[in-house]
Amino acid sequence: MSTLLPTEDEVMLADAARGFLDEAAPVSHLRAMRDEGKTHDAALWAEMAQMGWTGVLVPEEAGGSDMGHAAAGVLATEMGKTLVSSPFLSTAVIAATALRQVTDDRATEALRKIAEGSVVYALAVDEGPKHSPETVDLAATADGNGFRLNGAKSFVCDGIAADRLLVLAKTEAGTTLFDIPADRAGITRDAMAMVDSRDAARVSFADVEATGDDVLGNVDDAMTVLRPALEAGQAALAAEMSGVAAGAFGMTVGYLKERKQFGTEIGRFQALQHRAAHLWSETEVTASAILHAGRQLDEAPQEATLAVSLAKARACKTVTLAVQEGVQMHGGIGMTDAYDMGFYMKRARVAAEWLGDYGYHAEVVARARGL
Amino acid sequence: MSEQDLETFRAEARTWLEANCPDEMRDGASGDDNICWGGRNWQFTSDAQKTWLDRMAAKGWTVPTWPVDYGGAGLSRAQDKILTEELRRINARLPLQSFGIWMLGPALLHFGSHEQKLKYLPPIARGEVRWCQGYSEPGAGSDLASVQTRGERDGEDYVINGQKVWTSYADKADMIFALVRTNKDAPKHLGISFLLVDMDQPGVTTRPIRLISGSSPFCETFFDDARTHVDNIVGTEDRGWDVAKYLLTHEREMISGGGDGLLAGRSLGQVLGDEGDALSDASTRAMALECEVDTLAMALTLERYKDKAKTTGVGDASAMLKYYGTELNKRRHELMMLAGGSDALEWDGAQGSLPADWLRTKANSIEGGTSEVMLSIISRRILELPA
Ligand SMILES: Cc1cc2nc3c(=O)[nH]c(=O)nc-3n(C[C@H](O)[C@H](O)[C@H](O)COP(=O)(O)OP(=O)(O)OC[C@H]3O[C@@H](n4cnc5c(N)ncnc54)[C@H](O)[C@@H]3O)c2cc1C
Repeated sequence: MSTLLPTEDEVMLADAARGFLDEAAPVSHLRAMRDEGKTHDAALWAEMAQMGWTGVLVPEEAGGSDMGHAAAGVLATEMGKTLVSSPFLSTAVIAATALRQVTDDRATEALRKIAEGSVVYALAVDEGPKHSPETVDLAATADGNGFRLNGAKSFVCDGIAADRLLVLAKTEAGTTLFDIPADRAGITRDAMAMVDSRDAARVSFADVEATGDDVLGNVDDAMTVLRPALEAGQAALAAEMSGVAAGAFGMTVGYLKERKQFGTEIGRFQALQHRAAHLWSETEVTASAILHAGRQLDEAPQEATLAVSLAKARACKTVTLAVQEGVQMHGGIGMTDAYDMGFYMKRARVAAEWLGDYGYHAEVVARARGL
Repeated sequence: MSEQDLETFRAEARTWLEANCPDEMRDGASGDDNICWGGRNWQFTSDAQKTWLDRMAAKGWTVPTWPVDYGGAGLSRAQDKILTEELRRINARLPLQSFGIWMLGPALLHFGSHEQKLKYLPPIARGEVRWCQGYSEPGAGSDLASVQTRGERDGEDYVINGQKVWTSYADKADMIFALVRTNKDAPKHLGISFLLVDMDQPGVTTRPIRLISGSSPFCETFFDDARTHVDNIVGTEDRGWDVAKYLLTHEREMISGGGDGLLAGRSLGQVLGDEGDALSDASTRAMALECEVDTLAMALTLERYKDKAKTTGVGDASAMLKYYGTELNKRRHELMMLAGGSDALEWDGAQGSLPADWLRTKANSIEGGTSEVMLSIISRRILELPA
């Protein structure tokens, strides 16, 4: 396996991404979207497509840049630092990975559209309050040559902006993944007013018709396609969370050097120094797990489960500590809406929950390690 | 080196190890009684231990990454990784461990003169001379730069007087690398020299101190008109602090891995699993899960920093490795004790050396600089918070 150091290409990609995002999507961009009641910026998405980001996991034959999972993680980390709101994970990482598991013209066409930036996908898996791809109630019942879908999904991230949905449904002898237009008759989408001001929806399905052509992969066998897509998403989300942690930490250390009390910088107080140093140590340990997950997905994707869950578990732990210390070490100003720290705290909470929380992923690690 | 060259190296290493590692040395034993420390008075515990050391030393593989001229094999990081994997594959013991390898060697490679390297490094690599570390004193622990042991020039010698404390294995060592004040008038960091002193002389005496884990591997060390030739100063006079700090970063990296690796290939599941219902209560299981997650991530971090060491260097981040690795090692041992229950409360009982190991881990976050000192280093040098 490659080393756990970023390659030259990865360093360049990170620098380029940082340069672009500092201009196009600093935290004030998210704040402005929230104030205007918007959850999707189509112009930003188009620019990401132009730079090859939406095609980061799309093969070159289908017009992608095919840079791989470690590179997707680099992009996600940079996005996390300024809380960039976009359907990058849902579409460019999760849907692209799912579509790549299938080799037919329709999948290639869908991948081409992802690379172009002309489609937004959302993943509709969870139904209850916790991530649980193993428990599905939404049913796709056989009807003539096709199916009828009935049930409801919740916490469908990017579900309002989405043109298409990947829907996990229970079928006769297992579960099946459908790839259908988000506006198909019988689908109702309700926006959720999320704490992180980002796009999420409750989606209900009433007698929604689907054909065999709408099935991604094989009937009764969703996991062959969905498992790699979830793992890719979890790894990239962990990377985004490390960016969120880095953003919050950077603000906090800056404040420790600037704010004065008792006639001196508060960063001179050892009680705060040691907490900051501990937090930095946690972020370093987490960074290793995230780099490792990206490498593993690129080099041995069949054996990535442990690496991915390790990364997501560590990311949950670290980002939670980073935003909590972030608010506390800022004192009163950290609690104000006018200051950005709150945005970090809110995104951290949503990201920690999405695609499996700490306990979910620690459990995966434990099983793999015989605990 | 290309992938193919590395595979060739792996094949050669495998064949050589198969042919040369004695069967008795393939039990993976790492406990204190099984370590080969080497030295002038070393008593090998078996013929196999001696054969294994001699063969590995002849190959340069006791210190694989050191230059060939100084007793190593000049291996790259990638080759060294492969060699470690191949040793682990046959469950081989390390042929030799020592403070010379972990601490003095890297410092001499960086600061020593060619003559000093030629004189001192090969005997370390061959396990012929055993070293100890004379840093701490009764009045200089965390505040190490306050050392008071004096070194005064007398002709071609330094004459040394004073007391060191917590000197690990001083009673077994042949030589000591010591921090000695050679200038009383300079600011405290700028009056210290790094001296190499032979302990086989009347002016050096040691007195063992017993540890809470039962053994007594560390000592008080007294210098009464002890002598060493001026050629035995590493770096320049009064500027030993730079050498001392550099050496500490290596010591910290070594301690952070818990000696032979945090995991040594075993999961907490494997360690605790036999205990049946030890993990059945929710609280213990939750702690075990978190510990395992952190351990795996830390093991990757040690690998990442070894990669870094070969490119940009580790520097002050060794404080992070030391802090995190040792606190984690303490947590792991607390969990093992908890899982062991009353079986783990008896010296040399059903859990073997676990009780002693558990107590010994408590020193990990003290020796080589305490956790609090590590956090201060991170906050000042890495985060650049005001001091
Ligand atoms: C098993 C073992 C082996 C050792 N082997 C060796 C050896 O071979 N050679 C050698 O030279 N030394 C050795 N040592 C000594 C070791 O390096 C010292 O014990 C260590 O540096 C701490 O110094 P101290 O014991 O004087 O504690 P002190 O410095 O007195 O510390 C007491 C407490 O105060 C805290 N503290 C001190 N200063 C600060 C500060 N500025 N801010 C916040 N907290 C602070 C410490 O963290 C600690 O909790 C060994 C120690 C042990 C336990």
